[in-house]
Amino acid sequence: MIAAHLPVLQVVLPLMAAPACVLLRRPRLAWGFATLVSWACFGIAALLLGQVLENGDISYALGGWAAPWGIEYRVDTVNAFVLLIVSAISSVVLPGARASIEREVEGDRVDLLYTCWLLCLAGLLGIAITGDAFNVFVFLEISSISSYALIALSGERRALVASFRYLVMGTIGATFIVIAIGLIYMVTGTLNMADMGARLPAVWESRTVAAAFAFLTVGVGLKMALFPLHLWLPSAYASAPSPVTAFLAGTSTKVSVYLLLRFVFTIFGAGYAFGIQALEYVLMPLALLGILSASVVAIFQLDVKRLLAWSSIAQIGYMVLGISLASLTSLTASILHLFNHALIKTGLFMAMACVFYRIGSTRLEDMEGLGHRMPWTMAAFVAGGLSLIGVPSSVGFVSKWYLVLAVLERGWWPLAVFILFTSLLAVVYVWRVVEAAYLRPAPAGTGRSEAPLSILLPTWSLIIANFYFGLDTSLTVGVASRAAASLLGAGP
Amino acid sequence: MNAATAMLVALAIPAATAVLISLTGRWPNVREAVTLTGAALLFLCVATLTPGVLAGERPEQLLVELFPGLELSFLLEPLGMIFALVASFLWIINSIYSIGYMRGNQEQKQTRFYICFAIALASTMGIAFAGNMLTLFLFYEALTLSTYPLVVHKGNEDAKAGGRTYLGILLTTSIAFLLLAVLWTWWAAGTLDFRAGGILAGAVHGPMVGVLLALYMFGIGKAALLPFHRWLPAAMVAPTPVSALLHAVAVVKAGVFSVVKVVVYIFGIDFMKAEPSTDWLLYVAGASILIASMVALRQDNLKRRLAYSTVSQLSYVTMAAAILAPLSVVGAALHIAAHAFGKITLFFAAGSIYTASHKTKVSELNGIGWRMPWTMGAFAIGSLSMIGVPPTVGFVSKWYMLQGAFSTGQMFAVAVIFASTLLNAAYFLPVVYAAFFRKPGASEDNPGHGEAPWPVVLALTLTAAGTIVLFFLPALPLGLAKGLVGV
Repeated sequence: MIAAHLPVLQVVLPLMAAPACVLLRRPRLAWGFATLVSWACFGIAALLLGQVLENGDISYALGGWAAPWGIEYRVDTVNAFVLLIVSAISSVVLPGARASIEREVEGDRVDLLYTCWLLCLAGLLGIAITGDAFNVFVFLEISSISSYALIALSGERRALVASFRYLVMGTIGATFIVIAIGLIYMVTGTLNMADMGARLPAVWESRTVAAAFAFLTVGVGLKMALFPLHLWLPSAYASAPSPVTAFLAGTSTKVSVYLLLRFVFTIFGAGYAFGIQALEYVLMPLALLGILSASVVAIFQLDVKRLLAWSSIAQIGYMVLGISLASLTSLTASILHLFNHALIKTGLFMAMACVFYRIGSTRLEDMEGLGHRMPWTMAAFVAGGLSLIGVPSSVGFVSKWYLVLAVLERGWWPLAVFILFTSLLAVVYVWRVVEAAYLRPAPAGTGRSEAPLSILLPTWSLIIANFYFGLDTSLTVGVASRAAASLLGAGP
Repeated sequence: MNAATAMLVALAIPAATAVLISLTGRWPNVREAVTLTGAALLFLCVATLTPGVLAGERPEQLLVELFPGLELSFLLEPLGMIFALVASFLWIINSIYSIGYMRGNQEQKQTRFYICFAIALASTMGIAFAGNMLTLFLFYEALTLSTYPLVVHKGNEDAKAGGRTYLGILLTTSIAFLLLAVLWTWWAAGTLDFRAGGILAGAVHGPMVGVLLALYMFGIGKAALLPFHRWLPAAMVAPTPVSALLHAVAVVKAGVFSVVKVVVYIFGIDFMKAEPSTDWLLYVAGASILIASMVALRQDNLKRRLAYSTVSQLSYVTMAAAILAPLSVVGAALHIAAHAFGKITLFFAAGSIYTASHKTKVSELNGIGWRMPWTMGAFAIGSLSMIGVPPTVGFVSKWYMLQGAFSTGQMFAVAVIFASTLLNAAYFLPVVYAAFFRKPGASEDNPGHGEAPWPVVLALTLTAAGTIVLFFLPALPLGLAKGLVGV
């Protein structure tokens, strides 16, 4: 009975839990409640993925109203995987968030933070699960607005500016997306994604569809921080409370990438996007420029959280590069990297949460000698950094392997060399941190003081996951290649 | 315990040693006992595998399937056996030496030093036993990363700069070239297994074969083929035991080991012979030998001179493989062992001199031979082996290389070997001459020192003896090397 309603519970549970969280008031209680809900969401996502892998796609009519009048939730391999990523990241980060949040957020706002967290989680899960285009916009706003609040809740004043900047850019992005949806509705008369996908080929020639496609690409590009629409991201990530950064870095941009995949392949169709609109000529140069420029900028950052944020922009470039190649292997690489990069970046940002907890800063100059003061934290950072670089046996290597393979299939040698060389830029920025932490003396009078276990444990479980899924790729590669196949098969 | 499991055990022993060292770090004597026990156990374990390999067994062990159709796997074959034997045997001696050296020089962070050392050995075993190119690549990178903390051990600006060069070159070449070559091979041939006769025949054609070979040869930066050799002199900022075992044996031999593996098992000797686009390797390796030797002539810092000598000697192995005659490949395999014993002796001697007198320059060594007779005697033997003079093992490997070169009519290779023998003599013999026959200058006379601590002297005497023993009893490495090409 309940198993049949899992799709709606996936969203309704965190959505209903959010107001309940406000009523709890007490910080610890709110935290425990949010963690519990998040883990329940993770359980649901895991069950859904299991169902999809076993029985194929799930279609769920909300309130019993059949599509296209009612809202349809549609779970296939692609979004089941995204649901799993989002809920897993939230569930791993939350247990570690308590100690960090108590330090970084004023006491009377802590319960609000967890409320926003749940709302954001509900929004992100909603975007992923829904099969209704307008519903996407609704959930997009829920997740966006709650994430503006999450960022602004940081004690630092610059967080307000960062949040406001994100709000402006995010709103433009969301508006563009809703305009695109409106335009598609104009020509197809439906908001159901599957119906849109079925009716659009008949009107491929229309200028309205072309406009919708343009609005959509730019709008989603803004939300996922595609170069050159990325400027909101570094300051937002750098000034948000550390666990929030870890959560958003692993989920928010990933869901936006999913949105691009869904619109391009399921709704517009690969034939339209790549055949008529030549999307690859837009995405690929932007991806390459983004990878290169963001990696170079990351090298010159003085704050490690900001450094990691720039690195995220570069990593999104790799995912978009995979999408722009539009082959089975390349989409597999992109979807794999969604998962893998979530593990890498969340792990690294959690390590920064540990650092911030102890020394109240994540600036490179303050992290000198930290390898001896916080050996476990910095070891986690190094391991995560190696995964980011793509050392074999880590998840980063798995992504890189598939992406380069996809490029080789096309016979684009220079591009393969480019990908490998830019991954060396990651060596440079990771090693700046390593040198500061291990090869510079710690300030006088500082002893060994490790972060509390409650943050360290989630950090290390993410790092271990980095290497576990780097060696046992059967789940990730299996799901990602199935998802890629379903995306390519779904298009007309 | 069957042979397949023994390979895993050989990997697990140094890894477990690393863990135990970290747990016993507080008690230096216990910690050192752990290192020595681990080294001895590892050698025993590796030694038990030898008879089977000599008898023609090729045990295989799958670990996990990384990608569909592509596993991490181990496969024991003669070349890996030689490499594993050499590395694990010298680890024992090097550990004795390390204890004397690290304590004698009162080095900091000794626990971290021994941990990284054990991890590096585990990676080395992984390389030696790798069953396909992906597994080899994995442990190759692990070796780079685990030796980085050893290179920057001193933690000063010099060490940091050296570490950057080290990591920069090794990671750049391996990720930008080697990984690309591996991916290309996988994409073209559909397998990465090491197979007798190679896997590339028919999968890659024409000039592309030469390009792929270039990606492999320059991608294996640890083989220090010019112009990607600079990491090796840079690594000399490390404490001498690191230079001795890792940058004369484990790391650099992992490089040329991979080169021979790629030539023999990925390309295949016959395939390379049939492809004229691969001819360049012989000339580049030959040039590497000569240029590095000439640079070595000009080095006054003893360890840097040894480092450039290593660059040159490594290219011997590459060139011997590139001659593509079965006998020269035997020579290449033998040279991995021969150079290991000779060069570790020389580094041990350099470290011994530093420990006893804090001298690092060739020009300061006048007359030191009488004060440190064991050290400089061993140095002389090591030098002879480098030059290739009997009764040292260096002669045996050069003999096979020359035979191979003659058998295929490669006069270029013959000329290079002769010219470089002269060069080797020109940069090693003056050191020996100065040490024994020059009077120390007044300012250099420092009567305060004699020999280095006994573990140091013991270690270098053992390895010097090894270079001579291997000359008279080369049956084991020779048998294995011949098994490699089936002659």
